Amino acid sequence: MVEWTDFERATIQDIFSKIDYDTVGPASLARCLVVYPWCQRYFGNFGNLYNAAAISSNPMVAKHGITILHGLDRAVKNMDDIKNTYAELSVLHSEKLHVDPDNFKLLTDCLTIVVAGQMGKAFTGEVQAAFQKFLAVVVTSLGRQYH
Amino acid sequence: MLSPRERKLIAEIWERLTPVAEDIGSDALLRMFVTFPGTKTYFAHLDISPRSAHLLSHGKKIVLAIAEGAKDISQLTVTLAPLQTLHAYQLRIDPTNFKLFSHCVLVSLACHMREDFTPAAHAAIDKYLSAFAAVLAEKYR
Repeated sequence: MVEWTDFERATIQDIFSKIDYDTVGPASLARCLVVYPWCQRYFGNFGNLYNAAAISSNPMVAKHGITILHGLDRAVKNMDDIKNTYAELSVLHSEKLHVDPDNFKLLTDCLTIVVAGQMGKAFTGEVQAAFQKFLAVVVTSLGRQYH
Repeated sequence: MLSPRERKLIAEIWERLTPVAEDIGSDALLRMFVTFPGTKTYFAHLDISPRSAHLLSHGKKIVLAIAEGAKDISQLTVTLAPLQTLHAYQLRIDPTNFKLFSHCVLVSLACHMREDFTPAAHAAIDKYLSAFAAVLAEKYR
């Protein structure tokens, strides 16, 4: 089981209570598709992903970004059992969506950078470490059911 | 692969960051030490506490080297030749750490530049830092 300090718990709850899901979700997924274009392979039916401007204004990307971010809510509410919280989603990503689990880290890196941009100086090294630790647990859990 | 437009964007951004090299560099280093504690093992001989003289000067040195390389990316191997030798034969930092540091540089830039750190700028700089790290490790073996 993952050990969380009081600071880490408080930091995660704080960040997720403050961010605007409708901005951060779309921005993170869009950024991932721009910075790591090979991720676009999973979004063949999303329409125009031709350049950064198109990706950033694509409504399907925006909608999916929000979906993904709300998916993280489950982990935020169940920090002591993230592993089992994502068992089903892990199977989905493996068996149905066939997503290379290395991509999860790419998306969470982009999410980290979007949140950093929003929080500015408040996103200190300690806050970053807590946020990244949380996301690392999520990433591992999502990759767990792959075989 | 960097387009001419991206090279220009990268050169411009790092030119603007040169005056705050110390802040960006020390911030990125500090983030790395806190988020990836294994990286501290390379700095056992220095005082890397926040705002320490060592941290500030070392951060400045690194950012200025990155900015220098950004002026003409096509000449990276030439510009970085002395640093290649230093890292290969003396420092011998495991190249995985370059990725960790690059990530922290990107986070520092996001905090510093806020909305100006657009996805396009992020992509260009990420590519540049990858190229920089690759050149730096070229003489390792």
